Amino acid sequence: MEVKTAKKEKIIKQAPITVSGAEAVIKCLLEEGIDTIYGYPGGAIMPVYDELYKYQDKIHHVLTRHEQGATHAAQGYARVTGKVGVCIATSGPGATNLVTGIADAQIDSTPMVCITGQVGSHLLGSDAFQETDIIGISTPVTKWNYQVTKAEEIPEVLAKAFYIARSGRPGPVLIDITKDAQFASMEFTYKKCTGIRSYKPFPKVDLFEVERAADLINSAKKPMIVFGQGVILGGAETLLQQVVEKAGIPAAWTILGLSAMATDHPLNVGMVGMHGNYGPNVLTNDSDVLIAIGMRFDDRVTGNLEHYAKQAKVIHFEIDPAEIDKNVKTEVAVLGDVKETLQLLLGYLKPNNHDTWHQKFKDLYKIEYDKIIKNELSPKQGKLGMAEVIDEINTTSKGEAIIVSDVGQHQMVACRYAKFNQSRSNVTSGGLGTMGFALPAAIGAKMGMPNRQVVAIIGDGGFQMTIQELGTIFQTKVPVKIVVLNNGFLGMVRQWQQMFFDKRYASTELINPDFVAIAKGYYIKAKQVTERSQLQEAIKEMMDSPEAYFLEVKVEQEENVFPMIPTGASVSDIRLE
Amino acid sequence: MEKKNYTVSIYTENNIGLLSRIAAIFLKRHFNIESITASKSEVNEVMRFIIVVEITEEQVKKIIGQIEKQIEVIRAYYHTDEELIFQETALYKVNSAEFVEDLTIQDFIKETNARIVTVTPKFFVIEKTGKRHEIDNLYEKLKPYGLMQFVRSGKIAVSKNEMPISSILEEFNAININS
Repeated sequence: MEVKTAKKEKIIKQAPITVSGAEAVIKCLLEEGIDTIYGYPGGAIMPVYDELYKYQDKIHHVLTRHEQGATHAAQGYARVTGKVGVCIATSGPGATNLVTGIADAQIDSTPMVCITGQVGSHLLGSDAFQETDIIGISTPVTKWNYQVTKAEEIPEVLAKAFYIARSGRPGPVLIDITKDAQFASMEFTYKKCTGIRSYKPFPKVDLFEVERAADLINSAKKPMIVFGQGVILGGAETLLQQVVEKAGIPAAWTILGLSAMATDHPLNVGMVGMHGNYGPNVLTNDSDVLIAIGMRFDDRVTGNLEHYAKQAKVIHFEIDPAEIDKNVKTEVAVLGDVKETLQLLLGYLKPNNHDTWHQKFKDLYKIEYDKIIKNELSPKQGKLGMAEVIDEINTTSKGEAIIVSDVGQHQMVACRYAKFNQSRSNVTSGGLGTMGFALPAAIGAKMGMPNRQVVAIIGDGGFQMTIQELGTIFQTKVPVKIVVLNNGFLGMVRQWQQMFFDKRYASTELINPDFVAIAKGYYIKAKQVTERSQLQEAIKEMMDSPEAYFLEVKVEQEENVFPMIPTGASVSDIRLE
Repeated sequence: MEKKNYTVSIYTENNIGLLSRIAAIFLKRHFNIESITASKSEVNEVMRFIIVVEITEEQVKKIIGQIEKQIEVIRAYYHTDEELIFQETALYKVNSAEFVEDLTIQDFIKETNARIVTVTPKFFVIEKTGKRHEIDNLYEKLKPYGLMQFVRSGKIAVSKNEMPISSILEEFNAININS
């Protein structure tokens, strides 16, 4: 018997081969199915880059122009594919430049593995050249991090890194590898990680809670669903739609939930939160059962918590136990992957419709349409507005494009107006609000989904935070479409200054360069639009371009985004002007 | 909600960096840690942190959630003093001359059930294990005699109720063997 087992193992087990720690890193990436990575070389990571040179036919390394660009590109790649995004940087400033992207991935639950070089282990703690304590620095913003000082640790640690990054509620993992560990040789074998005893990524589903949730939903008169990115991360888009349709419940989304359900679905009632739609915000405080699915009640969603859905019984479908009752007290908490829990819920739901209740959403939409949307989509005069541009993109994309937005007014407008038929199509920095996110994220998104149209919508402020990634676009020839909505201001901050600081525009006006000339300097096709009459044709030309294309649209300088829930106000006190 | 002393017990894997990861969670919410101890636990290769913090019950629940989310944390619990058996230990270093000259010090030691750990010609070291107020009480008594050094440990505690770490780990092993 024993002999038999031993024989079996011998067949399954790969024969170990002797490689350097650096080569082991590459082999681990290949074992995890990684074919595209983003990064920037430097002293302490050079052994890994030397191996990348040898493996360039197997792994496409994209040289970004800044390490922050590498993280956002990896994020963009991860967000559209669902795979783990990978980026590599050297020690010291290379590593610290990753921090913004890591923090962004942490708060937006994006699976990412960052590999950083570190000074030799004998130099650790000596303030050596380009030494920084990246483990200490990244601890609060990573799901897990680990410093490797011995080559033989690499396979097990990287296997764990990928498992942790993608399982449960995904997040970023940073692995710091000392230079001597990259040089040292080791016996390489790889075993994928399937479990860690102290880590429970998928909480056990309590059927009783699912039944309690179903009972509440079945007897609700005014139920409302608010779904978030959890639906996308769990791959539960179809189930969500089935739940919505079977129980006839109006469904609203958080900014990261956008595209999990088709935007033109009759029961899709729009976005909740600070610049969300009028109906779902107001009616949050009228609903009797509020069903939160894979979302975390961010303050930008809830407004003043003292006046948030107090009349409603709240049901929370959530994978992360730490999110339960964190911000909003729940009546029923259904822990687990929504793919599992929504499937179970579906079995208990009674077919229903809530037409009278749904009509309320439609009535409020009508108010919002008359007061805001109509004017924004078809203004008769004045300068171009941001919404018109998004709408024109919709016309060409027919809801099939991936829209990558940056942060600020244009982001809110893009998310309010963009049409989506497919999931994983809205890529934006939600939780962290990272300006400069969109340009590099669009690069990653296009590389992850090369057959889909990828359009980056960026403000003139955020564009200049990572503008150097135009170089990456030029070098890799990645055909992304870039739209800069140029209003000459840090628009969102300016809007707040106008509304809450008596129009004292402190440091929000931007004197901008010739963006078209800059894009052309990178040999990217570029055009500027200033007039409404040019817009349609320019968008079409951009969308039809087989190559990368840069379009600058000069828009109204002092446009404000409405509706708006002012800070500290209740969701139902959302302002239309 | 009322602020109270809560004792947080955290069972973890024995890994470098976990202390700062746990401390960062308290830092993020701007909570001051009253005391912290780390040691091995009743389970092989499992560490136990005991952190005392003065916050509300709602806050401690949220902290526990954030702590348990950390990959290498096996389980975290919180208890009030009533739910625990707990002790602190203190060392008092006093001048030998004072000690020999004034016999009241010796009375203090007897009264408080303290113990003499070391005697040298220059100094004595007294040890006292007990509740915080007992340690403070002896401190106040010795202070007039010129304490050369004083140190008190963090709180160590065991709960009256069970904290079934072994069975949690066994459960994991069972799942992993089956799959």
